[in-house]
Amino acid sequence: MLWAASLALFAPLLGAILNGVFGHPFREKAHWPAVIAVGISMLASWWILGRVGFEPVVLDLYTWIPVANFVVPFGFYIDSLTAVMMGVVTTVSFLVHVYSIGYMHGDPGYRRYFAYLNLFVFSMLLLVLANNYALLFVGWEAVGLCSYLLIGFWYEKKSASDAGKKAFIVNRIGDAGFLLGIFTLFATFGSVRYDTVFQMVASNPHLYQGALVAATLFLFLGAVGKSAQFPLYVWLPDAMEGPTPVSALIHAATMVTAGVYMVARSHLLYSEVPQVGQLVASVGAFTALFAATMAMVNDDIKRVLAYSTISQLGYMFVAVGLGAYTAGIFHLYTHAFFKGLLFLAAGSVMHATHGELNMQKMGGFFRKMPHTAWTFLIGALALSGLPPLAGFFSKDEIIKHAYVTGHTFIWAVAVLTALLTAFYMFRLIFLVFFGKPRDAEIYAHLHESPPVMTVPLWILAAASVGAGWVGIGEEHSVFHRFLETALGEFHLVEWTVHRPAGVGLIALSVGVALLGILLAYSLYLLRKPDPALLARRAGFLYTLLKRKYYVDEIYNLFVVGTLRVTAKVLFWGVDRALVDGTVNGTGWTLAATGSVFRRWSSGFLRSYLLWILIGANFLVWFLLRSGGGH
Amino acid sequence: MLSLVIFLPLLLTVPIVFLRGRRTVFWYTTAATFVEFLLSLFLLKGFDFHMRGFQWVEHARWLPDLAASYHLGVDGLSLSLILLTTFLTFVATLSSLNYIQKQVKEYYITLLILETGMLGVFAALDLLLFFVFWEVMLLPMYLLIGIWGHERRIYAAFKFVLYTMAGSAFLLTAIIVLRLHTGTFDLVEMMNRSGTLVPAALEGLLFLAFALAFAIKVPLFPFHTWLPDAHVEAPTAGSVILAGVLLKMGVYGFLRFNFTLFPQASHHYAPLFMALGIVGILYGALMSWVQEDLKKLIAYSSVAHLGFVILGIFTFTDWGLQGGILQMVNHGLSTGGLFLAAGLLYERKHTRDMARLRGIGKAMPVFSVLFGIVMLSSVGLPGLNGFVGEFLILLGAYKVSLAWAAFGVLGVILAAVYLLTMFQKVVLTAPTPETRHLKDVSPREFVVFALLLVFIFWIGVYPAPFLRFAKAPSRYLQENVKGAVAAETVPVMPAHQEVQP
Repeated sequence: MLWAASLALFAPLLGAILNGVFGHPFREKAHWPAVIAVGISMLASWWILGRVGFEPVVLDLYTWIPVANFVVPFGFYIDSLTAVMMGVVTTVSFLVHVYSIGYMHGDPGYRRYFAYLNLFVFSMLLLVLANNYALLFVGWEAVGLCSYLLIGFWYEKKSASDAGKKAFIVNRIGDAGFLLGIFTLFATFGSVRYDTVFQMVASNPHLYQGALVAATLFLFLGAVGKSAQFPLYVWLPDAMEGPTPVSALIHAATMVTAGVYMVARSHLLYSEVPQVGQLVASVGAFTALFAATMAMVNDDIKRVLAYSTISQLGYMFVAVGLGAYTAGIFHLYTHAFFKGLLFLAAGSVMHATHGELNMQKMGGFFRKMPHTAWTFLIGALALSGLPPLAGFFSKDEIIKHAYVTGHTFIWAVAVLTALLTAFYMFRLIFLVFFGKPRDAEIYAHLHESPPVMTVPLWILAAASVGAGWVGIGEEHSVFHRFLETALGEFHLVEWTVHRPAGVGLIALSVGVALLGILLAYSLYLLRKPDPALLARRAGFLYTLLKRKYYVDEIYNLFVVGTLRVTAKVLFWGVDRALVDGTVNGTGWTLAATGSVFRRWSSGFLRSYLLWILIGANFLVWFLLRSGGGH
Repeated sequence: MLSLVIFLPLLLTVPIVFLRGRRTVFWYTTAATFVEFLLSLFLLKGFDFHMRGFQWVEHARWLPDLAASYHLGVDGLSLSLILLTTFLTFVATLSSLNYIQKQVKEYYITLLILETGMLGVFAALDLLLFFVFWEVMLLPMYLLIGIWGHERRIYAAFKFVLYTMAGSAFLLTAIIVLRLHTGTFDLVEMMNRSGTLVPAALEGLLFLAFALAFAIKVPLFPFHTWLPDAHVEAPTAGSVILAGVLLKMGVYGFLRFNFTLFPQASHHYAPLFMALGIVGILYGALMSWVQEDLKKLIAYSSVAHLGFVILGIFTFTDWGLQGGILQMVNHGLSTGGLFLAAGLLYERKHTRDMARLRGIGKAMPVFSVLFGIVMLSSVGLPGLNGFVGEFLILLGAYKVSLAWAAFGVLGVILAAVYLLTMFQKVVLTAPTPETRHLKDVSPREFVVFALLLVFIFWIGVYPAPFLRFAKAPSRYLQENVKGAVAAETVPVMPAHQEVQP
């Protein structure tokens, strides 16, 4: 197990070093070390997935920080949750690596790209494998770094380097909270190791209520940043400046789900403080709806998917917040495949249109790029939650759980969001792949992507169809049984009692999805009613959505602006005028000294040495005198 | 042995007089500082990290009339700073080849004299001896800024000296008062009487007098305004040593003198200094953010970083003290690296204005990666050195109160703001015609950075060997302060119990 985990973890690091440091011999072949490294990592992860047992395997490699009783090991914690995360991360990573060979072909930063991508896989696996919160945080910030580097990959574009910086800084706000969470855990339990903390909580859950509330809230602040929840989601739409495979891997399938993973990993903590769970679920539900509304009117193909990711992450937080940890991880797992697929398919469209993102310039692409269109359609259906595709099972489980546990309001929000999800996804589908081409120039040059890109698409499409089947039967399913060892038994008690109601719920979920698709069809294909007219009718509401609720503007004005003004005022007012003014004032009173000084300081070294000697002699004389007196 | 380490650089200045040619002098001094670095590593041989008190002690007669003696010795704290000094002096010398074109011999002689002064400060165990070294080191630094600096070098050098002298005056007065009360200049002797050294009323005053001198050096808000000017005007090596070593003397002073000699006052004033640390963190960060001058930006970032160190040591916890002491070393590496980067760019473009240093990422990819890593270490990215220190400091602050840590983590956010903004302006933009054809790093320049990066990664990934240095001193300082506070409150509390978390 140690060897497999180490291999999975360090192979990508080695790949990153090979390309990043010794990469000159590779150049156009930079993908080979990268793809092989991730391939090895994937195989090792699968091996672990097959071997992981009932008890978590806790391994310490060495002691990272030892200060007094604060002892942080560099070590692994491997249970079924780790194994599932590793499997998802490495598999999607592998496919994205392969896809990138085609997508990034000919880019001057080819080698740099693969080095960053490998570094990301290493960081993400470190996050997942860590056996304590401090080491988790290392991975947590390291994936943030990779995200920063990859968003700003084309840094000559100002918008790209701005977006990278924004992502890092907004994440840091969350991370500051995470740090306080780690401190709280250490102050309470005297350790940041999972095994110690979990054991102490399990053995005496009521003892630590207050501390647990603080710790879980602080940790959740970190999750809000990393997993792009309200109010820290603002970096994710901008993150779309990065190369599209990066958006698929980091900003959809893996990194952004780290927050969900962290909450699930800490489920013993969160279960003890259901009131915090309520907050987590509420934030999740609100974000889900909030982001979905913005996805409805956006014309940028990638940004629609970005808002969709934020929205789906919201679902996951609803699940883990309400204690359905397995359901949350289940949605994380299916979402990784279909959202990864959607982004890669969008990348395929961009590849064909030379980077065009505006959907209003597309239309009718189905005929010219059938592989992309079909796989995109599959992904959209999976996301919309239509049976028997993957998204149906996972999303439905969350919605059901909200209903069954009596969180009617959250449930209603989740159902409404499902309607909007189907609507915006099929708005995208109809705008891009159906109808008449709206830009002849783009349409004329359209071509299907090479197999190195379409094969990963089809593999992910297959996963988007079938990945949910392991979850059929809810708490008795393969997936839930497997994760039971890590996340505890999943109770949907009342659910079995209310089976007829359950059928009704399923029908409702499917119904709203179909309704959403139908609405999109009517608006964007039949143009009845005309969406432009509708937008005008909606007036301010439409503008509000279109301008993304002005959140960026508000942040810029109130947070960034205020800080900046403060800084300037302090610099000119305090630093320059007050402090320096006082100092210089003192200086001017010695103006005579100044003029002497100026002449004095233009001399040669000899004269300085002389001055040193005189000064030193004076000092000694002075001390001798004062010392001799007593 | 310790005397040899201290005075070897001074000794090695003599051959420079007979050397000819800029390059010869440069390579000779580089070799000399390297030898000095290796020699200082010998101090590690047989060094007992668990031992309390001083090692490599040398004691000789010196001014017996004054009860001052030539008393040297090191503990983990001073040894770590001595190694940092010899290492950074070597790195700084290696970076000086092209930068220094005038009065070359004098420059390298000054650098070596400065090294001796700095090493003496860290090794002196006699207060008078300490003060002599403290002043000795001031003058070469003044010359470095005043002669080999930029346009406003005279103003900056004058300001630097004025500020430090103001502090020195208080320091000297306090030392003399201390001598009058205790009858000795010897630190070890004073430490043995710690807690009952001076009357309580006087202790507070002496603490403040020492603290003022050291606060100027650190520098703590509001005594920091000499720093941006000195840094901006100093030559690269001067900035590296100024940030890397000289600022540490302030913190060292707090630890060595204030905490050991005035434990009750240290405890009493701790909240004030933690608050000043926080102010430094936030104020330095905000100032840094609005600078257009690259070196000024880095200088203000030092104010923020040293704010962390002060916050840490005044927590009187293992985490805060060990983290703070490690963070001094980290700051020397990271900020030293940033100044080296700024100097390297200055050599090419003769400007520090970030608006004119745009888009060097394209022309100088290798440099950009090196610069980027150093920048991230300064941001405190986990896996690199800065994180370990900052994390421990904040943990210590949290142990004192959540509020301290909560303000402290704001500094973590702001560090990302100003440093990423800097990196974006200089590296991650489209190149201008001016910067399109800049030359990437030479092998020598690469080595300069590689030397720093070795330690940046090493401390980040495996900090244990470096944390070892501060273990015993941190124990001692805590016990000293807690013991003194407990002794004071003995009538009220029967036994002072060490709180084990």
